[in-house]
Amino acid sequence: MSAAEEVVEGHQAVEAVPKRAMTLGTGTSLVVLAALLIAPVFVKNFIIFQMTMLLIYGLAVLALNILTGGSGQFSLGQSAFYAVGAYTTAVLMEHFNVNYALTLPIAGIVCFGFGFLFGQPALRLSGVYLALATFALATAMPQLLKLNFLEHWTGGVQGLVVTKPDAPFGLPMSQDMWLYYFTLVVVIAIYIFSVNLLRSRSGRAFMAIRDNEIAASAMGVDVALYKTLAFGVSAAITGIAGSLGAIAVQFVAPDSYTITLAISLFLGMVVGGVGWLPGSIVGAAFIIFVPNIAEGISKGLSGAVFGVLLFLVIYLVPHGARQVAILGQQLAGKLRKN
Amino acid sequence: MELFTNQVLAGIATGAIYACMALAVVMIYQAIDHLNFAQGEMAMFSTFISWQLMQWGVSYWLAFLITLAFSFVAGIAIERILFKPLAKAPVLTNVAGFIALFAIINSSAGLIWDFTIKQYPTPFGSAPFLGSQLISTHQAGMIGVTVLLLLGLYFFFQYTRIGLAMRAAASVPESARLVGINTSWMIALGWGMATAIGAIAGMLIAPVVFLEPNMMGGVLIYGFAAAVLGGLTSPFGAVVGGFLVGIFENLAGTYIPGVGNELKLPIALALIISVLVVKPAGLFGRHIVKRV
Repeated sequence: MSAAEEVVEGHQAVEAVPKRAMTLGTGTSLVVLAALLIAPVFVKNFIIFQMTMLLIYGLAVLALNILTGGSGQFSLGQSAFYAVGAYTTAVLMEHFNVNYALTLPIAGIVCFGFGFLFGQPALRLSGVYLALATFALATAMPQLLKLNFLEHWTGGVQGLVVTKPDAPFGLPMSQDMWLYYFTLVVVIAIYIFSVNLLRSRSGRAFMAIRDNEIAASAMGVDVALYKTLAFGVSAAITGIAGSLGAIAVQFVAPDSYTITLAISLFLGMVVGGVGWLPGSIVGAAFIIFVPNIAEGISKGLSGAVFGVLLFLVIYLVPHGARQVAILGQQLAGKLRKN
Repeated sequence: MELFTNQVLAGIATGAIYACMALAVVMIYQAIDHLNFAQGEMAMFSTFISWQLMQWGVSYWLAFLITLAFSFVAGIAIERILFKPLAKAPVLTNVAGFIALFAIINSSAGLIWDFTIKQYPTPFGSAPFLGSQLISTHQAGMIGVTVLLLLGLYFFFQYTRIGLAMRAAASVPESARLVGINTSWMIALGWGMATAIGAIAGMLIAPVVFLEPNMMGGVLIYGFAAAVLGGLTSPFGAVVGGFLVGIFENLAGTYIPGVGNELKLPIALALIISVLVVKPAGLFGRHIVKRV
């Protein structure tokens, strides 16, 4: 404890996931896509709504995955970006009558700027310290949204009600089903964008920073630029998820976007597998459905049941859904050989 | 000027709570290199145990000692049963484990003792301390206990063999193992001590914030902030950090217009982050140099 300096071996907080291991193969992707397309035809409206929320949370987890799994930065402040996206959409739709589809890119741009700016002071922090800084952002956000001089726009503690859009061109679809397909299209577009981003020059720069910051900068990667860029992109995608969330839930209020949301998204990322993009949807399913299952098992002890289930998952598969996928692949490979 | 001194005094009084918690946070960070998000809940549970003992007619100090022993054993048990198997898992998986532990303890305490707010006794009394309205004898006692605890820990780590072994296991585990230190049990011991310190913090804080399963939520955030501000590698820094955060928070609430109770926390956190931007390892932390 008295030593002024200590040299540690450069072990990293986030494990190195090679970029090819971050995505699914074409065949599997098409099967998943087909399942997502057909499923809503057979189920009730409430389940369609839940599937929409699954996609939306999946998108938010994906955004965190790009930041943590891609560039190795840790964030407990995703709920703040989610809130900014949701409020941007709500305010634009209700005060300025902007079409809901147009609010998404605007929310994305606003959040990108916000994330990029927040990334600046966060540059000097890493690990636990970055976690604390993002955590501060997440705890401050609900209070900031309640501020008096913003109340005219944000509706203060009461929040804002958002109108749910009808299906366009007179399509014979319920509002929920239309919103599901709309969300699906947005999510797929962003998924393809993210996969390509991680395979591009920028993605390689992110991963170089994640694996070894000093070596990355020695090889000519502009560490400051790419770290803030990762924050910006992650914030933009989270913001779009927030916008979709506001439209789906039809309501925004400061207390929907507390630190609990940020912690849920973090759990989703761990359960899905850090750095494995398709795992995001598995993680989202975990954070949406497991609390309900826990409540079903025991009302009074739902928190404890949730904790036990979470422990079971991380014992069995410490690397999340990615580990299951890898095991499955190996099994399939063996079967093919026989 | 009098307002200023009074606010600083009040800040020191609340700061003592944060200092206690921060000390427990740093202890466990020393032992396992992770921030334990469930630390507050563990402290809350210990506090409930002591309350239950007192309900059964055990005297304060006996209950205090039994709770310390219980917490020490419970801390070791949690490490052995729940976290030892995760030692090789990725860091983020460990963090998820802490969140799970948080949920389990919080919900069990709620079921056993329900969520009504309970009074908790203080051994120091609650009369004004030395005629000052802002600091009560309990708060003065709390500061005293924190300082004593800090001194005790200092002597333990500097002058006992086992303290030395724990330091070695935390800073260079490989070499420590080579000279025959059982590093795995040193980690368990760290958990036990941290849980016991957390229990002391909980029992000192309970008379101020009242006893209920969610009593530690806010305190733990400030405790983390204090530990990070002081430098996660320094127990002394954690205590100083605790007092500073308490003073920051009170002064911000008094002098910055428009800052009510709601915005105190974000402002305190913002201040801490500005400190961290200038001194990334905290005020008293070691600067860690990484080998590429």
